[in-house]
Amino acid sequence: MIAIVDYGAGNLVSVKKALDWLEQECAITSDPEEVAKASKIVLPGVGHFASTAALGRSGLTQAITDGIERGIPFLGICVGMQWMFQGSHESLETPGLGVLEGECGRFPGNVKSPHVGWNQIDISSSSRLFRDVPSRSFVYFTHSFRAPMSDATVACCEYGGAFSAAVERDHLFGVQFHPEKSGETGLKILRNFCLL
Amino acid sequence: MLTKRIIACLDVDGGRVVKGVQFENLRDAGDPAELAKAHSEAGADEVVLLDISAVHERRPTLLDTVRRAARQLFIPFTVGGGIRTLEDASAVFSAGADKISINSAALHDPTLITQIAARFGSQAVVVAIDAQRSVDGSHWQAFSHGGREGTARDAIGWAQEAESRGAGEILLTSMDRDGTGAGFDCELTRAVADSVRIPVIASGGAGGAQHFVEVFREGHADAALAASIFHYGFSRLSDLKQQIGAEGIPVRWPC
Repeated sequence: MIAIVDYGAGNLVSVKKALDWLEQECAITSDPEEVAKASKIVLPGVGHFASTAALGRSGLTQAITDGIERGIPFLGICVGMQWMFQGSHESLETPGLGVLEGECGRFPGNVKSPHVGWNQIDISSSSRLFRDVPSRSFVYFTHSFRAPMSDATVACCEYGGAFSAAVERDHLFGVQFHPEKSGETGLKILRNFCLL
Repeated sequence: MLTKRIIACLDVDGGRVVKGVQFENLRDAGDPAELAKAHSEAGADEVVLLDISAVHERRPTLLDTVRRAARQLFIPFTVGGGIRTLEDASAVFSAGADKISINSAALHDPTLITQIAARFGSQAVVVAIDAQRSVDGSHWQAFSHGGREGTARDAIGWAQEAESRGAGEILLTSMDRDGTGAGFDCELTRAVADSVRIPVIASGGAGGAQHFVEVFREGHADAALAASIFHYGFSRLSDLKQQIGAEGIPVRWPC
C-alpha cells in the first residue's frame, strides 16, 4: 500500500486521484504506524515550508525516516521535495529532513514569482523516475521557492536561472512540479514510481 | 521557457455548460465533465469551471459536477462561483479542485482571501475581477455578483490588495469584451499585469488566435482564458495553440 502522508498541507485529493487512476492501492494517512509499514511513501505539499514542522510534531518524520531506512521508495512532491533538503529560506526555523545538501531559496527579482505554469525540464538519461519520459517534456509548476542544483538533480528547469526540478538518490525521489497535474507526462512519472 | 497558458473555461448553470454574450442570453453547450476532459485532451493547459448561477441564486456550488469533472482531469482545475466561506472552499477542494476562484465574496470580505490562502496556500487562491471601463474612461470599475452590481473599487487597486492579502493569481475579465469575440482588452490587462507580481489571466473577448498573441505580447498576460470559442467549434484548441506558437509565443505544444 502506498501511503500518501497527510500533515495538514497539500492537495492530497489530486495525488490520490492520480494514483487511483493508475489503479494503485493507496491511502491518505496521518498515522505514523501506517506510514512506517507502507510499501511506498508519497509526501505531497503545497503552500508554506513551515507547514512541514507538523511532520516532526506528529511523529511522521520518524515514520518516514524508518521507512527510508527499510529501503522503501519515497517521493516528495513540491514542498515535499524541498523538505528533503536541509531547509528553506521561507522558514529558517523549520529544519528539513536533510537527506540532500543545500537550502531552498527565492527566485531572483527579475522574474515574476511565484513560478506558475507549464515549463520544460532537461532530464538526465540515468533517471529511473523519468524512464521513457523525453527530455524537454512539459510539466506543471506552482512555487515561490526552489531547490538548488545538486548532485542528486536528475531534471533541471530554467526560470531565473537553473534549479532542481527533480532529484533522485537511491530510492529517494523528489519533484518540484506536480506530476498529478502534468497530464500524460505526469501520470507516466507517477507510474514509474509505482512500478519501482 | 515558462509557457503562456491557454485556459478553457466552462460556465455552468444548472449542471450544464452555458455561455452568454456580455453575461446574458445563455445558450446550452453540453455536459461539464465531458467538456472538461475534451478540452484537456485537445491541449488546454488548465480548466476553469465557474458556477455562474451560484451567487445570485444563493445555492451551493455543484459539488457533484466538480467531482465528476475532477475524476478524469490531470491538469490544473479551478472552480469558482458561490464560494463564500472557508468551509465552502474546503468542500470544493475535497471534491477535487486544485484552486478556487472567488469574486463577490472577496469583495464583500477581503479577509476571506487570507483565510483560504493560510489553509490551502496562495497557489490555490484565484481572485476573479470583473472590470468595466468607467463612463468617463478614467479607470476600470470592479463589479460583483456576475457583473450585476457595481462596487466602489478600482480594478487595479483591488488586484494589488488581493495580492497583498495572499491571492496567488488574478483572473481578470473585461465586461466590455466578454462574449463579443472582439479581442481581449489589452489595455486593461496590461494595466493590471504591470501593477502586480502574481500571474494575471486575461479573460473576455477571445475570438481568434491573433487575440491571444496580442494579449500576451501587448497585454503582458501570463495566461488567457476563453469559453465560447472552444465550445461551439469556432476554433479547435490544438489548432489555436499551434497558431499562437507559430507567432513566437511560447506555448505547451505538443502536449
